[in-house]
Amino acid sequence: MTELWQALTLQAGYNASLVALGAGLLGLSAGAAGSFMVLRKRALVSDAMAHSTLPGVGIAFLIMVSFGGEGRNLAGLLIGSAVTATLGLYLVDWISRRTRLAEDAAIGAVLSVFFGFGVVLLTVIQTMSAGRQAGLESFLLGSTAGMLFSDAVTIAGGGAIALAVIWLLRRPMTLVAFDAGFAQASGVNVRQTDLAMMALVMGVTVIGLKFVGLILIVALLIIPAVTARFWTNRAEALLWIAAGVGGASGYIGAAVSASAPDLPTGPIIVLIAAAIFVFSMFFAPLRGVLYAVIRHQRFQERVHLRQGLLAMARSEPIHDKMTLRLLLRAGYIRADGVATKAGAAQAAKAARDERRWTTARQVHHDSAQTGRYDGLTPIESVFTPDEIALFDEHLAGAPRS
Amino acid sequence: MTTPELRIAADNAAKMAASTQVSAMKIRGMTVSYGEKPALFSVDADFASGAMTAIIGPNGAGKSTLLKAALGIVPRLSGEVSVFDRPLSVSRDRIAYVPQRASVDWDFPTRVFDVVLMGLYRQLGLLGRVKARHRQTALECLDRVGMADFADRQIGQLSGGQQQRVFLARSLAQGADLYLLDEPFAGVDAATEAAIIAVLKELKNQGKSVVAVHHDLATVTRYFDRVLLLNVNKVAEGPVASAFTSETISQTYGGRLASAQIDQLGLLVVP
Amino acid sequence: MSAEFVQLSLTPILIGTLAAIACALPGNFLILRKQALIGDAISHVVLPGIVVAFLLTGTIAAVPMLIGAGAAAVVAVLLIEAIKRLGRIDPGAAMGVVFTALFAGGVLLLEQSDTSGVHLDVEHALMGSLESLIWLDATGWSSLTDPTALAHLPPELARIAVVAAAVIVLTWLFWRPLELTTFDEGFARTIGLPVTAIGFGLVVVAAVAAVAAFDAVGSIIVIAMFICPPAAARLMTDRLTVQVWWSVAFASLSAILGYILAGYGPLWIGLNDAVSAAGMVATVSGVILMLAALFGPRRSRVGEGKGGA
Repeated sequence: MTELWQALTLQAGYNASLVALGAGLLGLSAGAAGSFMVLRKRALVSDAMAHSTLPGVGIAFLIMVSFGGEGRNLAGLLIGSAVTATLGLYLVDWISRRTRLAEDAAIGAVLSVFFGFGVVLLTVIQTMSAGRQAGLESFLLGSTAGMLFSDAVTIAGGGAIALAVIWLLRRPMTLVAFDAGFAQASGVNVRQTDLAMMALVMGVTVIGLKFVGLILIVALLIIPAVTARFWTNRAEALLWIAAGVGGASGYIGAAVSASAPDLPTGPIIVLIAAAIFVFSMFFAPLRGVLYAVIRHQRFQERVHLRQGLLAMARSEPIHDKMTLRLLLRAGYIRADGVATKAGAAQAAKAARDERRWTTARQVHHDSAQTGRYDGLTPIESVFTPDEIALFDEHLAGAPRS
Repeated sequence: MTTPELRIAADNAAKMAASTQVSAMKIRGMTVSYGEKPALFSVDADFASGAMTAIIGPNGAGKSTLLKAALGIVPRLSGEVSVFDRPLSVSRDRIAYVPQRASVDWDFPTRVFDVVLMGLYRQLGLLGRVKARHRQTALECLDRVGMADFADRQIGQLSGGQQQRVFLARSLAQGADLYLLDEPFAGVDAATEAAIIAVLKELKNQGKSVVAVHHDLATVTRYFDRVLLLNVNKVAEGPVASAFTSETISQTYGGRLASAQIDQLGLLVVP
Repeated sequence: MSAEFVQLSLTPILIGTLAAIACALPGNFLILRKQALIGDAISHVVLPGIVVAFLLTGTIAAVPMLIGAGAAAVVAVLLIEAIKRLGRIDPGAAMGVVFTALFAGGVLLLEQSDTSGVHLDVEHALMGSLESLIWLDATGWSSLTDPTALAHLPPELARIAVVAAAVIVLTWLFWRPLELTTFDEGFARTIGLPVTAIGFGLVVVAAVAAVAAFDAVGSIIVIAMFICPPAAARLMTDRLTVQVWWSVAFASLSAILGYILAGYGPLWIGLNDAVSAAGMVATVSGVILMLAALFGPRRSRVGEGKGGA
């Protein structure tokens, strides 16, 4: 436990601190960048992109070695991965626009083929003498063990740059992500913003390769954004909550991983993010499952109670057990099913309000207001007393056929 | 010159007929909600057997939802449905449903003929072989909607109107007693509209019941004999002559729209 | 040469082909239902499944592993469905959450537990070991009629053959409901078909195919075979039956050509060692898809409606 505390408070050595800070920054930018993808309903495009980095890593290694260089140069490998990831992204787009195949098929095809080809290249590299200790496999699942100081600086720097870009572009990006049509109309260049979003996600993916690996980086893009969705309906709040969840997962994950052996960084980061997700899914007040269930229950009760009152007003027999129970509990009927005084009054009011709504549609000219009828919305909350009085006049003056 | 006894007997027979007259589909207290705003609230409806009924109402009034919820395609929050006075599960074979054209992927790899054969699924079952008589039925149904020449076409090559006719042919193949159509005239050409209405009237003449979601107020009186006016709740229901009036229309659509359109409809304006 | 071929290449090619077909068949329907990525999700959760099975049983015997992997696939599908419905999250994101979290859990368990003595690691899970499924007892084509040699066929062959046969039979048996529910779900419900159960059944069959194939060839081939051959077939024809036949042909071609290129290709260009067969099979299937996307007779969208854009 003390190791964990040391790691969390950045006292576990210079490199470990840098790694934790780097992972935190990466998580922040991944959470924010991913929320654009999730809002655009293109979450798994980033998965195709992540898997497409593998052949790039292999090709970059082969090129660097064939020019007599050091194959393991991180910057070189990352540039290579960005090139093939771009190609993969372009192919997903091309296949889903130019052929009859849908985007999900395009994603799956690109993901598996690029990854497969990457594996072919890895086996080629393994058989080369220079590749014996290449350690390119670490790009699959990420590894901070044996990370060089310069690597950590590269990653932390990249994370900081990505975050700065998000800050600068947050307005147009949230606009496009929430409503592309509206963004277009208000003068935002949707295509360019989309490209910027993709570039950002690409940057985060490439930077994240070393930490979490290409199989799991997509988790850092998706999970924080989906988690944030439970807490808010506002785009900008979503962005920063997602960034917070991502940053916390990255920072804590890296620290936990550094505190003990056999705790691989990538999976730990992902599992921490997943834990926050599960908690939010159940307990978030806005869209969490627990509250949703309670709200739905109450909603169903309102519907049944109202339907019961209307049936009472028409003196129809009520068979529905739930309706009977609710009417009884509200004191609108007696145990033997006979309406109480209060029940009769409420039933009469419900029936009168229904008639008022019908009249309202007929005589009131604002369909935005009359369109709010749904059987439950109280008429007093939509129209002024004067307007309701007018409806009543109509009701009295023109008896319904 | 009928004797009193005979007249009484005739009256009794008429009463008997009226009391045993089953409705094709009966809906009681149906509420359906997407999220927390009811799309339909406590709707009662009786679709008369042997009649052509239009379901009418503004956009978002819950017209399609009514059909889908009655058939169990979308869940109901409350309410009951019976078909020919029996539960839906018992009466499945007597129903044919024609979904909205846009509800399927017309790029699906299948031919017109195969789509019509889908209407025979309840007869064919899991492994039943498609025999000559099944082919015959499917071709006849295609012929009734004027699409026999298109049997071998891929469905994506059809125009909107032709797609709608194929869907209608599939429902004919089901050989049902109650036909439920969701916006059959949406986005179709005039020739298709005429062809579809001819088929529906033919069905009615055979004693079948037809219910269609409809949104062209101008053709209601020509096409249908009964209406259900809907706007989240039921506004009116009954024979066109008594239920489709300027008053019920304005109660359904709102005052402004009605005054502009009712004049065109040439309806009897209730004083 | 022929003796060597039977000994070293025949069984891997057969196993690869059967695995490819077993995955491609359900893949046809998954693609038409826009659920192609379910295959991706399933293949990721196979790893945690086998790790848990190993931790529970302590062996790497095939049957517990297959059960563990199958159970994990079903759990993943249920979780995706639950998150989608309860959390009102779009399907892609729900999948992304579930398979990454489960995969991460699998890797962590693997690292935490002592598997040094057994052949169980992430790379093996991803890449498979098609090359190692050789038939040592074979001496030539005549071994195919030799009972003692046949008794020593790699056990993976029998397993994948059984699963492939089951997938073929199920596809044939449920062809009509599958086609109907895939094309028009609303209509299928009105005629009383158990739409939800059929959809779930399809995913379970896909999971079983994935798990059996994974046992032999690793998860890359699994994802590639779920998607690439059916997707390429989709661009060749407008008839579902014809499409399924094309997908079987493409799957077989990918498996055979991929294996041969991986084993003999490097020798032809002067390298000494073979490359990953699984990776090569996936690559070949991608090349086939690319060719179909460029030249396939039915590559463009024709219909309007839900699928059009």
